[in-house]
Amino acid sequence: MIWDAVIQPFADFGFMRRALLGCVAISVGATPVGVFLMLRRMSLTGDAMAHAILPGAAVGYLVAGLSLGAMTVGGMIAGMAVALLSGFVTRATALREDASLAAFYLISLALGVLIVSTRGSNVDLMHVLFGTVLALDDAALILLCSLASLSVFTLALLFRPLVLECADPQFLRSVSGLSAVTHFAFLALVVISLVGSFQALGTLMAVGIMILPSAAARFWSTGIGGLIFVAIAVAILASLSGLLLSYHYSLPSGPAIILVAGIAYGVSLVFGPAGGLIARALPRRHLKA
Amino acid sequence: MTVALAFRNLTLGYDRHPVVHHLEAEIAEGSLTAIVGPNGAGKSTLLKGVIGTMEPLEGRISLGGISRDKIAYLPQQSDVDRSFPISVRDLVAMGLWREIGPFGRLRPHHRDRVAVAISSVGLTGFEDRPIGALSGGQMQRVLFARLLLQEARLVLLDEPFTAIDARTMADLLSVVRRWHGEGRTVLAVLHDFETVRAHFPETLMLARELVAHGPTAEVLTAENQFRARTMAEAPDPDAGVCDRGAA
Repeated sequence: MIWDAVIQPFADFGFMRRALLGCVAISVGATPVGVFLMLRRMSLTGDAMAHAILPGAAVGYLVAGLSLGAMTVGGMIAGMAVALLSGFVTRATALREDASLAAFYLISLALGVLIVSTRGSNVDLMHVLFGTVLALDDAALILLCSLASLSVFTLALLFRPLVLECADPQFLRSVSGLSAVTHFAFLALVVISLVGSFQALGTLMAVGIMILPSAAARFWSTGIGGLIFVAIAVAILASLSGLLLSYHYSLPSGPAIILVAGIAYGVSLVFGPAGGLIARALPRRHLKA
Repeated sequence: MTVALAFRNLTLGYDRHPVVHHLEAEIAEGSLTAIVGPNGAGKSTLLKGVIGTMEPLEGRISLGGISRDKIAYLPQQSDVDRSFPISVRDLVAMGLWREIGPFGRLRPHHRDRVAVAISSVGLTGFEDRPIGALSGGQMQRVLFARLLLQEARLVLLDEPFTAIDARTMADLLSVVRRWHGEGRTVLAVLHDFETVRAHFPETLMLARELVAHGPTAEVLTAENQFRARTMAEAPDPDAGVCDRGAA
């Protein structure tokens, strides 16, 4: 029974194994970056950057068709450009960062959809928007795993400055010149994670696997290490169950994965011991002073 | 007298409006100085100039023999993200940044020093608490513990005792006195003249321009306070170009 439901699809079909491997790579590489996005109150920034990747990937698509390399390089260039441009607009003009990010991502999304439609079919457009997790080829898997390794390695290297940049940026600036380096390295990490995630989940869902598990983890752990661990676990479980659901009930896989992560978030929100609804509402006698 | 810090015809400001105007003063090495003056007098701006986050519009600040990395700074409103999941011990340990850098290991003797710093500000037992669980006074104690670990030659404190109760203030003042005893130079922006009279031998009174600088009793006179109070509160939007050269 459990064999049939959980193991059989992966044992029988290569594309399911590939999809699972790709999702695990994303969970390990991108989700910890999502934890820092959340802690830096940049969840929406991440979302905006995910959309911003689209025109870059679309130009890559125009030039080379559904080629992995071209779309990845294009996406990275566009993602970094929007991150840097919106940062520049915030510093150089009176516009706040949230507004400038929203402006940039709306423009990018419109531009990206337009570019893809000029050449491709609606099917191509759907692939770009919602990903092709069930059609990951060798090149895509190697790319996803390399990006995940790069992301884990960079995070390990950057961990202390990044924690300080989140907790007390003013202090980091006063003791070290690493503040700007840390900030831009982190933005680069976000773009790398999004580009990887984009291959599998598409531009609209890419940030979901980063933010939803992180938000869920907030209700289970109060330490940064615990947060990262729980977030990765939630992301992997969501990938596994999402893939199985999509297999058994013929649902689109990307949205199924994100929706399961969403359910995990909802459950954590209610039952999580660290500030969840029930933990807050539980009538417990107060302690001695 | 060795000079730790010299302001030479220093003008600092925002959008060409001077906030510190043609300031000429020297701070002696090892001195304990209070900076007083009305709101908008340029006290915080002066400290920002010293740590280098603001470039002078004119004049300069010279650090006599103290290298930039030997300055510790406690901002008025520290932008510590209190919701960030970090423990008291870890945040205090960041005071060792200059020694361990981004990659160095916390060795046993570092851990001991962190423990000593935490106990000197009376927070033993709080090491593992997340900073989000602290009161305002406890948070200020944490920031002082971190300052202690920085082993700075020059300590800049911007209104360190605002919204702090008497006992916490007494404890933190004893940390300040200890720095003074160890020959470190301390500059603190303060508003409470009682505290200044009781604990700070030197005072620099600022009202955009220098009002007075010297032994506290000679600076905190009624006449000086009156002069400081007559300073214009807001910059004049129609101000012309200042044609004053070196003061």
